[in-house]
Amino acid sequence: MDFYFFLIQVLNGVQYGLLLFLVASGLTLIFGIMGIINLAHGSFYMLGAYLAWSLAQYTGSLTAAIALGVVLTIALGIALEQVLFRHLYARDHLYQVLLTYGLILVFDELRSMIWGDDVHGVAVPALLAFSIPLTENLSYPFYRLAMSAVCLVIAGALWLLIRHTRLGMMIRAGASNREMVQALGINIRLVYTVVFALGVALAGFAGMLAAPVSSVFPSMGGQVLIISFVVVVIGGIGSVWGALAAALLIGMADTFGKVLVPEVSAAIVYLVMAAVLLWRPEGLFKR
Amino acid sequence: MNRRRSDIALAAALLALALFPLAGSTFYLQLVTKIMAMAIFAMSLDLLVGYTGLVSLGHAAFFGIAGYTLALLSPQYEAANLWTTLPAAMAACAMFALVTGALVLRTSGIYFIMVTLAFAQMAYFVFHDTALGGGSDGIYIYVKPEMKLAGRTLLDLGDLGQFYDLVLILMTAVYLFLRRLLGSPFGRALAGIRANEQRMRSLGFPTFRYKLAAYVIAGALAGISGYLAALQFGFVNPEILSWHNSGIVLMMVILGGMGTLHGAIIGAFALVLLQEVLANQAWFGEAAKHWQLAMGVLIVLVALFLPRGLAGLGARPRKGSADGR
Repeated sequence: MDFYFFLIQVLNGVQYGLLLFLVASGLTLIFGIMGIINLAHGSFYMLGAYLAWSLAQYTGSLTAAIALGVVLTIALGIALEQVLFRHLYARDHLYQVLLTYGLILVFDELRSMIWGDDVHGVAVPALLAFSIPLTENLSYPFYRLAMSAVCLVIAGALWLLIRHTRLGMMIRAGASNREMVQALGINIRLVYTVVFALGVALAGFAGMLAAPVSSVFPSMGGQVLIISFVVVVIGGIGSVWGALAAALLIGMADTFGKVLVPEVSAAIVYLVMAAVLLWRPEGLFKR
Repeated sequence: MNRRRSDIALAAALLALALFPLAGSTFYLQLVTKIMAMAIFAMSLDLLVGYTGLVSLGHAAFFGIAGYTLALLSPQYEAANLWTTLPAAMAACAMFALVTGALVLRTSGIYFIMVTLAFAQMAYFVFHDTALGGGSDGIYIYVKPEMKLAGRTLLDLGDLGQFYDLVLILMTAVYLFLRRLLGSPFGRALAGIRANEQRMRSLGFPTFRYKLAAYVIAGALAGISGYLAALQFGFVNPEILSWHNSGIVLMMVILGGMGTLHGAIIGAFALVLLQEVLANQAWFGEAAKHWQLAMGVLIVLVALFLPRGLAGLGARPRKGSADGR
């Protein structure tokens, strides 16, 4: 394996890992702060991708589609939290599994009714549609680099939000003691709504970013959901930085697994998970 | 419902099922056979979810592994032997349960849900991506297994009516076995673990081993249902291991009312029949194509409003929360 080939794999691994981070961070925030296990999280990723595809056709621009799509996913997140998830906070995880499983069926069927069951390609914006030549016959698409950069910016923004803003303080406080936060006069319900909408928007946004690279297909939600679970379990539930580290680990393991041992590549991420569970059952970065 | 009354109701239901082939057409006989196999699946999961407090979202792995065991052990043009293939399928499931159980039981709560799902998905990819089980196309089982004793055929499994009898007998056997098991000291220990694992541990119970034993038993029993389903439909493919299957069986357990074995049977009947009704084109026309939407909405409503399932409808509320915490 020569250097440039290796470099391309590393870049792919980082790009996949960062994308997983966007999905997994929402999942881990929603669990860590609200105590909700959300199986429908992958559906938000899938909806994001389909929104990007269909809105890009209407508006003629992927950027505009993503901007519109983010607004729509935030609205969806707020509506779902207000109508459904609000009733689940005090309930056993079992009912959360049940309700969010029902939501998957609903979203899948709605997607099939609105957009059909076909696979669609999404064009990369013309401005970003070029490749950076590495050697004579190897090059790397610029869009993937731009994607990684955007993901890194979002990770940084999340860090700022959680560590250095008043809202972030409320989020952290709400995660450790809900009653005390309420007693101090903070509207914890509003904080929950914000966190849930943020999580939905992150998953949806990840789907929109990925649409040009992975194309848009019906089962994309389920795939990303389960890998995100693995990421969250490895990283430690509720830990955003754990999710980042685990996402990069899984991104690398998956990418190099596909290159080096293609026959068992699909099982590799689960073997990594099993190893982590043997070593630290509560994840690498348990809070 | 007191125990005596529920026993009478159960005996009546079993009698009705035993007499059903006299009245039912082939289509309904097929359907009820399928449901009874699913009822075994649901009861095995109820042992974990309802009685031990372990919410598994990877139960389809056992269902699939048992089906693949039958398919892989069946000679291409000859009949396999039920007396060896059924125990082999159950043993394969028990082995998978032992290995993954030792890992997943190191976790609890929400981790447990995610990790059981992840291991089932790993099994799915093993059958999907490798040539072991024919890849994503799966394997056909051309000849049904034989069930012979001393050279005589006990039940001809190619005959739908006789296969129906076998499934009914096995469902009853699994029910009685689990009821006996749950009434035994072992079962009481599981109930104790569900209520308060720390206290059980401080009482000197090796709770990890108890949970692992329950996990292995549940896996082996789920294997019976996977074996029967593969036998009935004559083929296996990776989709039988998919997490949708795990979700559906969990739905059956909760819909029927978890922690009540007969609830798992009721749940299996209710869910499959509901699916048949919703997907009935004669009744709902074009809308029947979108039965998944109605099903999803119903699941959401059950989660919100019916925490104790159908079996809880008739019973008076017990003390303590509906969640069993």
